[in-house]
Amino acid sequence: MAAAARLFWRSSGVKSSFSGLPGAVQSSLRITLLKLSPDCTTKPKTQRRHATHFTYHPDPVPTQYGPTQKMNFFQAITSALDNTLASDPTAVIFGEDVAFGGVFRCTVGLRDKYGKDRVFNTPLCEQGIVGFGIGVAAAGATAIAEIQFADYIYPAFDQIVNEAAKYRYRSGNMFDCGNLIIRSPWGCVGHGALYHSQSPEAFFAHCPGIKIVVPRGPVQAKGLLLSCIADQNPCIFFEPKILYRAAVEQVPSEAYHVPLSQAEVLQEGSDLTMIAWGTQVHVMREVASMAQEKLGVSCEVIDLQTILPWDIDTVCKLYLVAALSNFHLISHIILLSMMMVLGYLQVSHSICGCNIVLTGMPHSGKNGLVPTFLRCVDAMKFKINLFSP
Amino acid sequence: MRKMLTIISNVLRGSASRNGAELVSEGARVVVSARTYADFTPQASFDIKKCDLHKLEEGPPQQAVLTREEGLQYYRTMQTMRRMELKADQLYKQKIIRGFCHLYDGQEACAVGIESGINLSDHLITAYRAHGYTLTRGGTVREIMAELTGRRGGIAKGKGGSMHMYTKHFYGGNGIVGAQVPLGAGVALACKYQGKNELCVSLYGDGAANQGQIFETYNMASLWKLPCIFICENNKYGMGTSVERASASTDYYKRGDFIPGLRVDGMDVLCVREATKFAAEHCRSGKGPILMELQTYRYHGHSMSDPGVSYRTREEIQEVRSKSDPISLLKDRMLSNNMASVEELKEIDIEVRKEIEDAAQFATTDPEPPLEDLCNHIFYNDPPLEVRGTNPWSKLKSVS
Repeated sequence: MAAAARLFWRSSGVKSSFSGLPGAVQSSLRITLLKLSPDCTTKPKTQRRHATHFTYHPDPVPTQYGPTQKMNFFQAITSALDNTLASDPTAVIFGEDVAFGGVFRCTVGLRDKYGKDRVFNTPLCEQGIVGFGIGVAAAGATAIAEIQFADYIYPAFDQIVNEAAKYRYRSGNMFDCGNLIIRSPWGCVGHGALYHSQSPEAFFAHCPGIKIVVPRGPVQAKGLLLSCIADQNPCIFFEPKILYRAAVEQVPSEAYHVPLSQAEVLQEGSDLTMIAWGTQVHVMREVASMAQEKLGVSCEVIDLQTILPWDIDTVCKLYLVAALSNFHLISHIILLSMMMVLGYLQVSHSICGCNIVLTGMPHSGKNGLVPTFLRCVDAMKFKINLFSP
Repeated sequence: MRKMLTIISNVLRGSASRNGAELVSEGARVVVSARTYADFTPQASFDIKKCDLHKLEEGPPQQAVLTREEGLQYYRTMQTMRRMELKADQLYKQKIIRGFCHLYDGQEACAVGIESGINLSDHLITAYRAHGYTLTRGGTVREIMAELTGRRGGIAKGKGGSMHMYTKHFYGGNGIVGAQVPLGAGVALACKYQGKNELCVSLYGDGAANQGQIFETYNMASLWKLPCIFICENNKYGMGTSVERASASTDYYKRGDFIPGLRVDGMDVLCVREATKFAAEHCRSGKGPILMELQTYRYHGHSMSDPGVSYRTREEIQEVRSKSDPISLLKDRMLSNNMASVEELKEIDIEVRKEIEDAAQFATTDPEPPLEDLCNHIFYNDPPLEVRGTNPWSKLKSVS
């Protein structure tokens, strides 16, 4: 209610009507759009902003985990894997081309350091890689499997959903493959087109038994990866490939854990909640700061981090606290069904690539499909002006 | 008479090179073609390498007959393919082609040889290194290059790109490794079912040969005796992994186990042609599927982002280029048997170069597909479907 009042106060000529009970799903709030300064809505013709452009917002330097070192995303991953192979004698890393360092250089130097028995290549067989990984994990070793691109994970879908996820349940806890973690580069980069751009976490989001994690930067990535490895459940760890080089932060050299299933509130706000994960977190932070500056809207930005099982408490608590005035904006390229999982279908407006993401992303069409900064701003403005023309 | 013609042609050719007047070179050309009937060998027979056989009593013949017309046609097609790929390389480096680009140079003999062993009414499907096959299956260089640059004149209307090119009876152009092979078997089933005496050629690489679905396909094709020719283009490297490091058995022609197999020299267009004819005969006679392994080589890396020298030496590439280049092999054969002249082949080179330049020009200047086309062909629907756009409140039209 306080938040609604704040909105009330900020805009001119407000007409608002509340329908329904506090727990109401639908709410209607009429606000006249504030007059925006010209540079918000128009872009000078000389300036071109690419579809996949975003500004990376680095995390503050973590002080609680010991000495830090400047690392980019893939170096943070290498560091996590290095820590794991050092501390866990049973850990093995395998996948296509991981031995020489991997196509994104996530495993550089590990084979030389730990031997060819622990870091080895597999042939081109995703179903085989995951099935094999399940076996390794079930026998007690820590299996870190790499699927070269998330777009290739589908031959392994059966193994993940039918075998890995249900192993513990169907054997009555006699067997499990909790030591399995599947890492995979994820998300669009602009030129990836159909098969190097996909974000398939939604396909797995309905499957109890596995955990899905998508980090937003190096510090989170290393901590979350180590948590996934330590976690006694099979995990899928999606690494936003566009961040591999673009994201640079001070990352602790020692091992540390970032808890799973805990969403992180990056920015507090009272008018609008934005939930994102992976690369999109950075886009939303930009949107939030623009909203604050130009529209006077105070946005809450939440990084979901763990997609499954997701942090219902953090997200829903905020919703209940400011039930009527809290609009939720989920920004990501995901399928509609994912929102059903999150239970936000009714209150949120998601910004998705349109149905084309079901079939793929043609290179020529990418500019229209990626939920860019400007589209998110547009959606946010729409959300605020729900009933204005 | 012959001597007189030779003298005249020498004189005319000499003057043509001096002043380059078109009329004179026309004359020279007329004289040159007048030489054709008199001087060139109409056809010759060549020895080709014996194919290794698996579960077969006899293999393809060890002698191939090549006519002059055929030779010139193969030469032209292979040269077009080579120049087209090199042009694509150039355009990619200029950032006119974006995305992924997997080039086929070095492997021209495979595409041309296979096409000459089957008919245009047969079917073919391959993986992502598809530019060569798009050409042999009826695509034009203009369409192919426009597709690479993503323009509306492209063979897939600019929406597919390098990996997704299609023509009649050519099912692409498929990105996911190995996924196209079961599809090929399905097409073969349709051929058998429709009784048109057509067959399907399903291609895949040495990396894909380790995919599970390939073996599932072998089983289905063999069980139901489908007219399917499985062809493994073994270019020795699956992206950056050499065959020895990826496969327990590098005898890819034997991997079909119960399916008969042939190992063929993929750098010799005649060898590939004879083997394909043999395989096509095998399929059409109702004996079921057959497997061919083409031993070939690619000069470029896996794709444009791969320099191609971190997992193999430059000397190796050079050696293959000098000893087994498919175009050189054919050229040497034709010249040493007097089936064509150096000038004639040079002329073909010039024509090809021009064709490629024109196509590149078209590909660079053609406009991109319009925004209205973005959502077309998602589903088949009549009347047009409204597709949710990038926001829930915006709708795009999908016409199909």
